Amino acid sequence: MVENRPLGNLAAHLILISGVALVLFPVYIAIIASTHGPGEFMRGVLPLTPGDQAVENYRLMWEAGLAKAGSPPAWRMLWNSLVMALAITIGKLFISLLSAFAIVYFRFPFRLFFFWLIFITLMLPVEVRIIPTFQVVADLGMLNSFAGLSIPLIASATATFLFRQFFMTIPEEMLEAARIDGAGPLKFFRDILLPLSVTNIAALFVIMFIYGWNQYLWPLLITTDPDYTTIVMGIQRMTSTSGDETPDWNLVMAAVVMAALPPVLVILFMQRLFVKGLTETEK
Amino acid sequence: MARIKLDGLKKTYPGNVQAVKGIDLDVADGEFVVLVGPSGCGKSTLLRMVAGLETISEGTLHIGERVVNTLEPAERDIAMVFQNYALYPHMTVYNNLAYGLKNRGFKADEIERRVGEAAGMLEIEAFLTRKPRQLSGGQRQRVAMGRALVREPAAFLFDEPLSNLDAKLRVQMRVEIKQLQRRLKTTSLYVTHDQLEAMTLGDRLVVLNDGLIEQVGTPMEIYSRPASTFVATFIGSPAMNLMPRAYLEARDDGHSFSGVLDDLPPGTDIVGMRPDDMLLHAPDEPHLVVEATLELFEAAGAESHLYVRMEGSDQPTVIRTSGQPPVDEGDVLRFHVPRTALHPFNEASGKRMQ
Amino acid sequence: MQTKRMTFPGRWLPYALLGPQVIVTLIFFIWPAGQALYQSLLREDAFGLSSNFVGLANFTRLFSDGSYLNSLSVTAVFAIGTTLLSMSAALLLAVTVNRMLRSRNAYTTLLVWPYAIAPAIAGVLWWFIFNPAIGIVPYALEMVGYRWNHRTSGGDAMLLVVIAAAWKQIAYNFLFFLAGLQSIPQSLIEAAAIDGASPTKRFWTIVFPLLTPTTFFLMVVNIVYAMFDTFGVIHATTQGGPAQATNTLVYKVYADGFVGLNLGASAAQSVILMVIVVVLTFVQFRFIERRVNY
Repeated sequence: MVENRPLGNLAAHLILISGVALVLFPVYIAIIASTHGPGEFMRGVLPLTPGDQAVENYRLMWEAGLAKAGSPPAWRMLWNSLVMALAITIGKLFISLLSAFAIVYFRFPFRLFFFWLIFITLMLPVEVRIIPTFQVVADLGMLNSFAGLSIPLIASATATFLFRQFFMTIPEEMLEAARIDGAGPLKFFRDILLPLSVTNIAALFVIMFIYGWNQYLWPLLITTDPDYTTIVMGIQRMTSTSGDETPDWNLVMAAVVMAALPPVLVILFMQRLFVKGLTETEK
Repeated sequence: MARIKLDGLKKTYPGNVQAVKGIDLDVADGEFVVLVGPSGCGKSTLLRMVAGLETISEGTLHIGERVVNTLEPAERDIAMVFQNYALYPHMTVYNNLAYGLKNRGFKADEIERRVGEAAGMLEIEAFLTRKPRQLSGGQRQRVAMGRALVREPAAFLFDEPLSNLDAKLRVQMRVEIKQLQRRLKTTSLYVTHDQLEAMTLGDRLVVLNDGLIEQVGTPMEIYSRPASTFVATFIGSPAMNLMPRAYLEARDDGHSFSGVLDDLPPGTDIVGMRPDDMLLHAPDEPHLVVEATLELFEAAGAESHLYVRMEGSDQPTVIRTSGQPPVDEGDVLRFHVPRTALHPFNEASGKRMQ
Repeated sequence: MQTKRMTFPGRWLPYALLGPQVIVTLIFFIWPAGQALYQSLLREDAFGLSSNFVGLANFTRLFSDGSYLNSLSVTAVFAIGTTLLSMSAALLLAVTVNRMLRSRNAYTTLLVWPYAIAPAIAGVLWWFIFNPAIGIVPYALEMVGYRWNHRTSGGDAMLLVVIAAAWKQIAYNFLFFLAGLQSIPQSLIEAAAIDGASPTKRFWTIVFPLLTPTTFFLMVVNIVYAMFDTFGVIHATTQGGPAQATNTLVYKVYADGFVGLNLGASAAQSVILMVIVVVLTFVQFRFIERRVNY
């Protein structure tokens, strides 16, 4: 900065600390709520200090779930979320890498047509074509399956663009040297292109994993079997109890914390890749 | 080891743009041939056609006894050194050298032997476990050479391999490439735009202009008998001075030219003079004499460059002398050009007259 | 569009490589979108047994339907509110963090993680805090004399979903603003300081104008986010209520189609949403083209 004024810095820290506090507040409340017994929520207002029921709440949620709301145990939902998120992430990366490779390293009839076909998926988020997509998945018998949860979401124009962009920056001579060295297309892809793309793949992995983990509408539509309930949609089911009955907030919040933890940890531990992935996919 | 034979090679890009317009060239087994020309003359395209990196639109290409027009680059038994080296950044130096051999199914001990041998020759044994980004420019260049060496190919193709190096390193690597090629006796095609590199490296030079060959010959043949005004001004530095014959004739007072202009072959209307052949002192042999004003004097140590303007001409002329002659800017100097140092050209065709 | 100077030969391989992506796109994107278009022109009878072609009737009906027009204005309020709240908070934080040298990374880490929280979970979190019976915020508001109840007050409900949606998006806007700020040459700010501009003046005359491309880009992204990605926020909390006060377009497509089973109307709404996405995507790409030359 041009100058360094102690008073200005103090004000800046105050702004940031209150910003951080505001951002953390809901999660703090959730963590606190998850440590109290069910009785605390009857008394009017929520306590602001931790209670002593943490272990009990998390154990109950993990092992049994919320039976009265028809929710399976948390381990099951977390497992489902993990499988779905990984299937979506790996699927997206896999098919995007292949199609970007075809678009950049081959010349063939209708190349542009295919490029635009993939591009169009950008304009059709699942939210705007819910019913017909549901019908297709139902017709294919993919309701209540991991295939139905993941495959329809793995087409990705964003990832294809990013990889195309990246491949274009790889020097021409890399391909030429590899061809003189006797590498065919698939060998070039495996030995040269993939290793060079590692950072980009990792950055996209972080973004896509969060995208996959946080899917809500889609699993809500196509799974009715509790065996396929994911944690994010499971929480909604726990809170939407009928009539005047209040949800078991301590258990719901324990589930909220468990649902938020994996993607938050991914961001915290891979912040550099996350920022790279975010800023590059949206450029 | 193989000869490379180009018959009527042409390259036409979409939109009917011709980059290479018909090249015939016969490179003997073990010969070092340099393709030289200004940028855009088609020299790189031609080399890439030989490598198989560009398709051949017309003509036939032999490497050894085989016609290789439609063969994959890998099947042509050639190795190439790229301008930017094109080292695989994620592989160690060892793996960079070994990759081509692995793809060809060589046995592990054979790969190890060859990589070791090439690394020894290029003195890069110490870097074998490093990645390219940990190397200096000169070391990367050596690795790029090593990648070509290990293959023990029928021919080496070099695409301006020294242009990314600084001046000092460039001279050093030039010498090493020459020595290496002498030792291995592998047929080599080398592309450069640098006429000095071309002169010092090649057994023969091929001067290219606008997709066609201007002249083929040994460096000295090309220097002493340039076949066209293009070659005359492209090879040699500073470039050859070209004077209209009419201008010189107008300066002729009848005896100081000793009739040298009359001896020029018929059709000559441009006379070329190398900067080194314009002497301050009259030689014994027949010569012509021109007067010029010294506009700028450039001392370059062992030699000096005199930028002069001839009387009644607006054409700048450069003269090179050894040492430092006792002259001052503004002096009117007399230059003596021996008859044997005159290069006769025809202006319309640009060709040398015999 | 370019390829590499040299490409691989191969007649079938490129199609095989494109195959998976193209098949998924055709089956799950193109075909359903076509179906939506087709169904938007049909009307089913009350028993769903037969359907007949009604032309644009579904569309004209929508635009004379009070609940759809209400949904349009609800969406506009929601999108503008979320975008403004989230972007201004993010800009303030980014500008402040950018002043810091040693603590910059620590603050950034503390501010970016909500990106990882699913919209639905963000909704549940804030719903809990604002819960009229046990929530901490209504308790505090009660003391200053305001009775918060998003179950009965449409305004309260809207404020709740806006806060939840904006909260989650701050991280994203913050990162882009910070990147934008860091790409402004320090020399420009120093020059302005030498010219005697105060810090506030420097921000509004130098920094903010240079951030325009980032601001515009984020505006489009935030509107898209508020329109399409916040289904979870609404569904997990207000479910469009009370009295349709938070019934956004995306939620209504779902509610009419899945709960109301009115396929023709839902399909017509889908088509309108697709048009909106196409327009927004187009705006965004035009803008990216310009940003390249900026």
